[in-house]
Amino acid sequence: MSGATLPLASAIAPRAKASTAAGEPAWVRYALIAVALLFLALFLFVPLFAVFAEALAKGWDAYADAIVDPDALAAIKLTLLTAAIAVPLNLVFGLAASWAIAKFEFRGKNLLLTLIDLPFSVSPVISGLIYVLLFGAQGWFGPWLREHDIRILFAVPGIVLATIFVTFPFVARELIPLMQEQGNEEEEAALVLGASGWRTFWHVTLPNIKWGLLYGVILCNARAMGEFGAVSVVSGHVRGETNTIPLQVEILYNEYNFAAAFAVASLLALLALVTLVLKSLVERHLHEDAPQSIERSDA
Amino acid sequence: MVFAKTGSVAAGNRVLPGFGLSLGFTLFYLGLIVLIPLSALVWKTFSLSWEAFWHTVASPRVVASYRLSFGAALIAAFLNVIFGGVVAWVLVRYRFPGKRIIDALVDLPFALPTAVAGIALTTLYAPNGWFGRYFEAAGIKVAFTPLGIVIALTFIGLPFVVRTVQPVLQDIERELEEAAACLGASRAQTFLRVILPAIAPALLTGFALAFARATGEYGSVIFIAGNMPMISEITPLLIVTRLEQYDYAGATAIAAVMLAAAFVLLLAINLLQAWARGRAQRA
Repeated sequence: MSGATLPLASAIAPRAKASTAAGEPAWVRYALIAVALLFLALFLFVPLFAVFAEALAKGWDAYADAIVDPDALAAIKLTLLTAAIAVPLNLVFGLAASWAIAKFEFRGKNLLLTLIDLPFSVSPVISGLIYVLLFGAQGWFGPWLREHDIRILFAVPGIVLATIFVTFPFVARELIPLMQEQGNEEEEAALVLGASGWRTFWHVTLPNIKWGLLYGVILCNARAMGEFGAVSVVSGHVRGETNTIPLQVEILYNEYNFAAAFAVASLLALLALVTLVLKSLVERHLHEDAPQSIERSDA
Repeated sequence: MVFAKTGSVAAGNRVLPGFGLSLGFTLFYLGLIVLIPLSALVWKTFSLSWEAFWHTVASPRVVASYRLSFGAALIAAFLNVIFGGVVAWVLVRYRFPGKRIIDALVDLPFALPTAVAGIALTTLYAPNGWFGRYFEAAGIKVAFTPLGIVIALTFIGLPFVVRTVQPVLQDIERELEEAAACLGASRAQTFLRVILPAIAPALLTGFALAFARATGEYGSVIFIAGNMPMISEITPLLIVTRLEQYDYAGATAIAAVMLAAAFVLLLAINLLQAWARGRAQRA
């Protein structure tokens, strides 16, 4: 936008002026945009495209065959089951933790916040290892479990536990800042007017945080379905039994069955794209949830 | 477990119900899922003899893996500061077609499962891959070398820098830049003296977050790494290898070192963020 030809107009419209007074020359602008887009293309867009291109490299029939393969279907089922257990549990935890932390003052709150974030800073491999140390043959509960013939490690419960661990903070860390920002006034008003605690929660708190909650659930679900490292350590890799979709991808890839590996991987890539779309949609509503203080205008 | 009666300690008003229930459940679930399993690792570490522990964590193969994991993570985080910074700048300051979609896609590394990223990058950078064949022609091997690891870790860390710098750039008051320009500063001077200091804490935080994530990364790396002992074997892979050999003690010792490094990084990141917040409030 050049203000040179319209000096009067630009004086009236300081916003338009700003881009010339404190802006870069056009060639710098274009160069920076080119660098950014090239970087993103090389690291994000082309790899994403490659997943679908490789998946369809041998045609649609091979693609369909790879997906309806019994082992692949078993993996899909296990992944859905794992997410169906892990996400609701972490959702309930997120609600409880954010209620306690955002609505009340108590000592040790910062320590609690750090502990909740802990699973994010632990390597996925270590997230799996800790359950091996608990439930493995040489672990704390190993001998007892063997005596009672209960399988946790290298079976579905271990996979679910490791998934819960790696997705533990998602909902809580989304809700805590949101609820802290909203304060307690609305809940207090409801209580003064005679509503019970649960009623207040359902009719006042929950509607206020619904978008933040949804946001956390979307991210939690994406990670739960896509987790690789932690699940790989506790799974035991039994085909058709303890393989989630990411593990199935690994097995197929290591067998040099690339088209099938990418076909199954394309399901996860689609999940990622759906996640990103939902995330951007929810982000728009999230600004309505947050009170006046957060004003991120994305122009 | 710490089932402290926090009720008596708490201050402030207590009009709202459910404190005991919600905090009780929070602590119970936190203990069950996070604290007890993590304490198993700590307990197991302390049950090792010092000699056995040191023999494992200081053996040449393990030390080579630390050098690789931390070195590659450092380079990747540095690349992300530069290019992530440019991406954040372009997304906040300029208009171009497709910007909204590109902005949303920046989070792809968060959403795309690491194993999928791993096989996609490996296929692209393999000697016969779309990118790999050009590197091969130039005599550079990318896949199955430490260079491939840097690429995978750059992919993983990309959103951290962009997403920490973006909001800070958005909040910068353009008037400051105009004032600098009016006072005779060139655009480069304004950038170095006004803008860069304002976004430096965010860049540093993004760097630390990307670095922390990259040191522990497993899924996206193992496919492209080649996993040659002493050359392209990352530390998390060594833990998995030890576990597969039922060497729980060895796996635990290496994991303890990684966990300690992760805690130091977590502490550094918290301090950085507190510093950045403090600066933002003073500004």
